[in-house]
Amino acid sequence: MKLNPNHRAVLIGAALTLALAACGKKDEAPKTAEPAATPSSTATTPPPGAPSTAAAPSAGSGKISDGAVKIGVLTDLSGLYSDLAGSGAVLATQMAIETFQEQAKPDFKIEMVSSDHQNKGDIAANKARQWFDTEAVDVITELVTTSTALAVMKVAKEKNKITLVSGAASTAITNEECTDTNVHWTYDTYSLANGTGKAVVKQGGDTWYFLTADYKFGQSLEADTTAVVKANGGKVLGSVRHPFPGTDFSSFLLQAQASGAKVIGLANAGTDTTNSIKQAAEFGITPKQTLAGLLMFISDVHALGLKATQGMYLTTGYYWDRDDDTRAWSKRFFDKHKRMPTMVQAGQYSAVMHYLNAVKAAGTDDTAAVMKTMKATPISDFFAKNGKVREDGRMVHDMYLVQVKKPDESKAAWDYYHIRQTIPGEQAFQPLAQSKCPLVKK
Amino acid sequence: MKRDYLIMLVLLAALIVAPMFIYPVFLMKLLCFALFACAFNLLLGYTGLLSFGHAAFFGGSAYITGHLVRNGFDINFTAPGFLKFISLSVDTAPLTPELGLLAGTAVAAALGFLVGGLAIRRAGIYFAMITLALAQMVYFLALQFPFTGGEDGLQGVPRGRLFGIFDLTQTYTMYFFVLAIFCIGFWIIYRAIHSPFGQVLKAIRENEPRAISLGYDVDKYKLVAFVLSAALSGLAGSTKTLVFQLASLTDVHWHMSGEVVLMTLLGGMGTVFGPIAGAAIVVGLQNYAAGLGEWVTVITGAIFVMCVLAFRRGVVGEIGALFKK
Amino acid sequence: MTEIFGVPVQALFGQLLVGLINGSFYAVLSLGLAIIFGLLNIINFAHGALYMMGAFLAWIGLTYFGINYWLALVLAPLVVGIFGMLLERLMLKRLYHLDHLYGLLLTFGLALIIEGLFRYFYGISGQPYTVPEALGGAWNLGFIFLPKYRGWVIASSLVVCLVTWFVIERTKLGAYLRAGTENPKLLQAFGVNVPLLITLTYGYGVALAAFAGVLAAPIFSVNPVMGSNLIIVVFAVVVIGGMGSILGSIVTGLGLGLVEGITRVYYPEASAVVVFVIMAIVLLVRPAGLFGREK
Repeated sequence: MKLNPNHRAVLIGAALTLALAACGKKDEAPKTAEPAATPSSTATTPPPGAPSTAAAPSAGSGKISDGAVKIGVLTDLSGLYSDLAGSGAVLATQMAIETFQEQAKPDFKIEMVSSDHQNKGDIAANKARQWFDTEAVDVITELVTTSTALAVMKVAKEKNKITLVSGAASTAITNEECTDTNVHWTYDTYSLANGTGKAVVKQGGDTWYFLTADYKFGQSLEADTTAVVKANGGKVLGSVRHPFPGTDFSSFLLQAQASGAKVIGLANAGTDTTNSIKQAAEFGITPKQTLAGLLMFISDVHALGLKATQGMYLTTGYYWDRDDDTRAWSKRFFDKHKRMPTMVQAGQYSAVMHYLNAVKAAGTDDTAAVMKTMKATPISDFFAKNGKVREDGRMVHDMYLVQVKKPDESKAAWDYYHIRQTIPGEQAFQPLAQSKCPLVKK
Repeated sequence: MKRDYLIMLVLLAALIVAPMFIYPVFLMKLLCFALFACAFNLLLGYTGLLSFGHAAFFGGSAYITGHLVRNGFDINFTAPGFLKFISLSVDTAPLTPELGLLAGTAVAAALGFLVGGLAIRRAGIYFAMITLALAQMVYFLALQFPFTGGEDGLQGVPRGRLFGIFDLTQTYTMYFFVLAIFCIGFWIIYRAIHSPFGQVLKAIRENEPRAISLGYDVDKYKLVAFVLSAALSGLAGSTKTLVFQLASLTDVHWHMSGEVVLMTLLGGMGTVFGPIAGAAIVVGLQNYAAGLGEWVTVITGAIFVMCVLAFRRGVVGEIGALFKK
Repeated sequence: MTEIFGVPVQALFGQLLVGLINGSFYAVLSLGLAIIFGLLNIINFAHGALYMMGAFLAWIGLTYFGINYWLALVLAPLVVGIFGMLLERLMLKRLYHLDHLYGLLLTFGLALIIEGLFRYFYGISGQPYTVPEALGGAWNLGFIFLPKYRGWVIASSLVVCLVTWFVIERTKLGAYLRAGTENPKLLQAFGVNVPLLITLTYGYGVALAAFAGVLAAPIFSVNPVMGSNLIIVVFAVVVIGGMGSILGSIVTGLGLGLVEGITRVYYPEASAVVVFVIMAIVLLVRPAGLFGREK
């Protein structure tokens, strides 16, 4: 069993613990310096109790706690979302670290740990607590599924550490549940509902019927989209809630068919979505009525095949075949992973890179300083051309409305989308004025 | 008897110093699951009833406690669909942790009374299937009720102050509180096993018709054992909520029911300390092998198969058998 | 248009038909469970995993070996059946002298292993399996647009169920089986190889599960958790029908499919629970199940 410095302190006595804590505080206090300032040249001794192996490599390393920046990737490595995040997200993180080390030549060490949260909030929270308490992890990233993201954000806030959320979808992350130590990077339900909803109504799909997974996420997706459809002059004829997770959707699809709506909105995710799409084709519902997948990833399209998904509209934060930069990066990713990146995996790389750059610029891994730098620095990389992190933690960037190609239009494997429209960041995401986040000054 | 007390003392001493060497949150998780497994063992090991639905009590009370400690009784309930006419509206301040635990335990006991009342009408495999199916109903209810937060779970449960004095947000205070709960729960189970009541349970396990012919109201004994087991499982679930500050669908899923069976079986069913050992192995495995991803499921399954085929007495049972020789 | 409680009759018929499709899966799966339970007295928790295995074998066959659907419909149950017989010979057999609960626990562990392995090798988001050419398209029945494949699912499962029922109730082999259920020792004394009978029965039961899996492959995406999502409902079906009753499991399977279909029209949120509610009521009124006998 690894002996944590704090535990040893208990052995010695409470007084020493206090002293140690005080030392740590003193050590960290000056780190809230101007982010733009050059890295402080004063060499600091590592905090007492830090493992000697992780000692700061050089005097110029500034104020990196424990001598290294440690990134924890907490994701779904075995479950429903392991294809869209999972090992691909871990790989993206590794790539980001390697690239950063080559290009920026940082004078601090970077380490990475990863773990499977199995999509369970309790496992995620437990692991996060353990990482922060015993392994000196500075930042936890990825966090697909809202339940794990919210759980880890709470722990991180308590321990004053940073979270970078890429895979989770709920807008609650930057609204009611927002924290000042979190950045929500890739997408959220608002941007998806907004992009897809608006576009489909404009294409003439002005009557909607929802097929909704009967739980919080599905309901909020339905509510978000309903608002968008109505705001753009469309009409919602009704909705049916299916149990979650479901396997047979045919009877719900028949109800959607009977409604006569032009568009059937799929307010569900994962295998629920893929199964609904498959079965809609089977019952001859498509192509007479159009399906709108409100949360779909390229991995879902890949699993379903173009025959079942052709013509669908969906909103995504990233598509590999968008421009030369995305193609170049995605090729690197593909060579290692044998699958094209999903937006979550690409966003993961971008988020980690931004974090590491911010640590270098701030010259410290102190939470407040890094957060300040991250929010002050605009993002411009292959993932986001004009991105910026807002005060509620939302990373605002362009989203893309895409339409799935017909099988004969697809020239090669993974050639799946036509990009129909670029949605500028400020239109894609929820305006700050509507935010329910207490951090937003009104 | 004497040996039991000796082991208990050693165990208690070890648990008191353990947080200096082992990560306390992990230990708290272990204690919660150990209590859960011990409560389950009361039913499986001592009464011979295999319930495959104990997650309902563990998770159900986790939700109740979590909600009461976070929001208090703010029932603003309208039944869905055609049951609209059933509605209720109450609102009180959030409960203190000890009251929250009690309320969770009470609800688990009540739920145990309902499920147990239905399930003991059949025995053996039928009993297992019925408890499984009824627990599945509880799972769907947990998914449907708005207060549970559905997929997101019930998050941000405050630990609060015990009796208004002890600040449970301090890790060590919390740890000793959990340890105290575990000891109380364990003691209740230990006393129950070694009381005349426990003897009747064992008689039922060994030969039910004979117990009936001796004039015991077997169904009543089974039901009491079931309710007691459910209530203590609920106590474990409630405590877990306070430790992790969240309750989620994991707690009510049937995999949880399977896990507690595994813990009991692996440690040794029908032994006093077996479930504790089983819980330690399973929780440790999940904690330290989480990086293996899918293999955790496979390993868990393999342990199950191995236990059933080769080590039916479980770890503690096998050790006990060695000593007897 | 005529309406029943505000739902057009035509739509209701459509839903009932869809319910019947699901009922077919319940019937085939619960039939397999019932046969196994009748002779071996164990609840085969691995049934869902073997159903999933059947679907995966069909997919693997098509993807890597070019084995078409029709061949897979025969081969997959055969392979799974042999696999099942191996499991029975190597593992289950050692437990017959013990409490039947151990059989349940062993198969639970097996289910975890099988599911975990498939998850490891094939991920979880599911693999597509296309409907065979001959069954593509749909019939327009006026009140519903019935995909030919779904019609095939109902027809083929009914045939399989009825043939199984016929074999058990009307043939010599079936007579042995029934005798084995009643009194295996006596049957053994008559010179019937009971252990072999048990092995074959288990093999046939799980082959039925694999058959249902292949049937399901083109409808649902083939994924490692498809079995565990379904199996709990099938357990409830078996309890309602009366465990071990052959006809009971067929009729209850189809019937509950219909009940679920109706629930989905009138109160969709409850459609996942309705089976369990019925189970609770049945247990209160007839603890042995609708078709079961009190032993």
